[in-house]
Amino acid sequence: MSAPNASRYEMVVSVDAAVRLRTATKAYCNCAVAPGDDEPNAHACPVCLALPGALPVLNERAVELGVRAALALGCAVAPVSEFARRHRFTAESPAGYELTQHERPLAAKGNVQIGETREGGPLTVRVTRVRLGEEGGRVTHGRFPRASALDLNLAGAPVLHVSTAPEMYSSAEVVAFVRELRRLVRGVAASDARLQDGSLRVRAALSVRRLGDTGLAAPCDVDGGRSLTELRAALEREFARQSELAGRGGSAANPRADGRAAAGGPAYLPEPDLPPLVLTAEWIAEQRRYVPAQPASRRVQLAREFGIGGGVLDALAGDPELADYYASVARVHGDPNATADWVLGPVLAALGDDGDDLDAYALRVRPADLAALLDMVRDGALGEDDARRAFAIMARTGEPPARVAKREKLGTAGDA
Amino acid sequence: MTGGDLLELGASALAGMVRAGRVRADTAVQASLDAARDAGALNAFTAVHSSPRAALAAATRIGGRAADTRKGARGPGGGALAGVPVAVGDDLADLALPTTAGSRILAGYVSPYEATAVARLLDAGAVIVGKTNVDEFGMGWGTEHSAYGPTRNPAAPGRTPGGAAGGAAAAVAAGVVRVAFGNDAGGAVRQAAAGCGVVGVRPTYGRVSRSGLAGHAPSLDQVGAFGRTVDDAAAALEAVGGRDPRDATSADIAVPALRPPAGPVEDGRPLKGLRVGRPREYFDDGVDPELRARVDSALALVRDLGAEVKELSLPSTRLALAAYHAVAAAEAASSLARYDGVRFGWRAAADDGDAVTAATRTAGFGAEVVRRVVLGTHLLSDADGDAHYRRAQDARARVAHDFADAFEDVDLLLTPTTPGPALPVGAAAGPSPAALRHDAFTAPASLAGLPAASVPAGRVAGSPVGVQLVARHFGEAVLLRAAAALERALGPEAHA
Repeated sequence: MSAPNASRYEMVVSVDAAVRLRTATKAYCNCAVAPGDDEPNAHACPVCLALPGALPVLNERAVELGVRAALALGCAVAPVSEFARRHRFTAESPAGYELTQHERPLAAKGNVQIGETREGGPLTVRVTRVRLGEEGGRVTHGRFPRASALDLNLAGAPVLHVSTAPEMYSSAEVVAFVRELRRLVRGVAASDARLQDGSLRVRAALSVRRLGDTGLAAPCDVDGGRSLTELRAALEREFARQSELAGRGGSAANPRADGRAAAGGPAYLPEPDLPPLVLTAEWIAEQRRYVPAQPASRRVQLAREFGIGGGVLDALAGDPELADYYASVARVHGDPNATADWVLGPVLAALGDDGDDLDAYALRVRPADLAALLDMVRDGALGEDDARRAFAIMARTGEPPARVAKREKLGTAGDA
Repeated sequence: MTGGDLLELGASALAGMVRAGRVRADTAVQASLDAARDAGALNAFTAVHSSPRAALAAATRIGGRAADTRKGARGPGGGALAGVPVAVGDDLADLALPTTAGSRILAGYVSPYEATAVARLLDAGAVIVGKTNVDEFGMGWGTEHSAYGPTRNPAAPGRTPGGAAGGAAAAVAAGVVRVAFGNDAGGAVRQAAAGCGVVGVRPTYGRVSRSGLAGHAPSLDQVGAFGRTVDDAAAALEAVGGRDPRDATSADIAVPALRPPAGPVEDGRPLKGLRVGRPREYFDDGVDPELRARVDSALALVRDLGAEVKELSLPSTRLALAAYHAVAAAEAASSLARYDGVRFGWRAAADDGDAVTAATRTAGFGAEVVRRVVLGTHLLSDADGDAHYRRAQDARARVAHDFADAFEDVDLLLTPTTPGPALPVGAAAGPSPAALRHDAFTAPASLAGLPAASVPAGRVAGSPVGVQLVARHFGEAVLLRAAAALERALGPEAHA
């Protein structure tokens, strides 16, 4: 896929991620956020429909989750932030604008560690700003003759927009950033953050430059699609395209998907209907209590806490979410090596070989339940084969091991 | 007591008689509906209930169902405005009559939810008899920019009603209702009150919920009250004010008793201890000389009533008009983007989605709305980004700062409400210099979010004019106490 001269260039990428916050109700009204299969527009009130005179009221839970996520991303939370209307004339945006933040965002100046440098230091990506915003509606064409359909069930669902500096230099780094972002916002229960269902959406801005250059050309937008595999492929495609253009002495014009000129950009207006959001230092400190501490180096922490090394350490340290899962199980169960065998064995197998899209979070077996299962094996209540059969059921149903063992008459539970 | 006599009763007095069972609510509503029909030539209403029964049915519904009035929930059984016929602007959402904000783009639109001000009005027992004509979304100077055609001034033939909420002012001036509501973005309620010879009050920004108000400039829009008298307007505001969880900009500050004391004060100096400012920028050469003299005699009266009058300066006043028009236009361009023909309201026929929106907005909006939307869009997105809008906001902050400084030294300001009487018919049809200047003395308090009232001050060249009082934020009690004292001192002949 790489262009012949791609090796003379590097990509420079910044990311804008839209993280849907896991609230019961929408960002600016009391409608339920229900991503399921409800009737179209079952969750659409006067505010969602932008009826005359309907006013937005900020969902405090969205602020809470947004702040926790921002803190998890290492950001400084602004004591005062403001809302703004970002105008766009589309049916997806019933009011004719998206209600978001612009000049005074919720948080800024974060840092996300995506790996380690060759020298062993932390490899980080700076988060430039974190804004509260809302999702748009969905328009479908072709379902009805001579009419388009508009569904506002998710319109107004709260979204946290996370923007980074342009300092990722390979698709692998971008994927690593998105995975770490996902892990951090999940770690504070702020979002499901799944690309597959749109609770996480990623847009990258990519430009190329000759290796050794320091300047930055105008970037082109890359839509991250519905999986990390798609994201990586899209980045490589765009890199190849721009490298090819640059090799011929050209520069990349921005082929925006919506066909509109990038120049000028959308018009913003400070939102008169919402007063500034004022957060006290005490309240912000309280939210910090929900944010788990992050180790300076995951490798070092795993090695020190669990005494593991070699290929096992490499495999776990390379997947932060898997490592979190491992640590949660090992701490409860108490045998780091048996836990590693299981996490890198049956657990990985249950997750499937998803490559970039491996997602330990998707596993239905809770860490405490796996620890209990391993306890049963250690205590001789279950044989290895029975344990694996129980695990397979647990991965399907999310049940605790004791119940599965009893019902399926496994091990000594079955003998009783 | 005949129906017509009922309409001569103050709102609170009538409510008292209804509560006491001495007057039936439907009798009062019938009188109001008869008066509305007799005043039909004014074109004050965009919709009127067909019968007292229809009006009362609408007034006693909660969430679409008939309320049990025996429990005191709505209806004329109890409440401060029990059985009082009132009118609300066509830009305030009720559940029974169309809410179109004077615009073709909302032709036939009936709101599925109620404005908070309307809900509270009905909770207080009032009965809405109809919706009053407005300039489209509140943009204009004399209710000449409504899809329903212009409203005429009952107190000054040949003149507009004087402001964008003209239908409500005309309805009060013509004796159809004692109380009405309108949107005062840049002064519409005060201007129309002055122009028609009635009382108009713009409360502090945040005092009355804007939920359900189809305005155009959310940082300026504010539900205001008209009354035949200060007491009527005060009773109206008491009923609708207060914090509303559906409006994040509504203030969590309790509404004090606003109705001024009924009898005269013993020593005849009810304003003793009050300091009243005379800002010289409001008495410049642009003010009709006769009006200027009249306002100065009002100041003399205020002094006789015990107040201390102080000359002062609000130097940023000259910036206010341009700032107001820039802010209002920018916010209008933004706030009216929702009128696209997709989800509600009137829709033009066209081939595809974008064309439907373009055709709907082109044919659905009137000329003044289009002018401001184009201007506002330009202000927000020209080559300098939103530089013009920012400069306007800076000027707005200076205007507010001037007021804050002035209120260190005085408790109230007294000014003409407008530079002259209501504009002649036709003169408010476009943004002429005279039309723009019509906002000069009301826009500053709007920019600063301050409460202000217009009290009738007799006639100039045969047409009603008003005196404006401006108070500190949430200073409605002082504002209305002074307004009532001035009203009494000016005497009944000051009213139209």
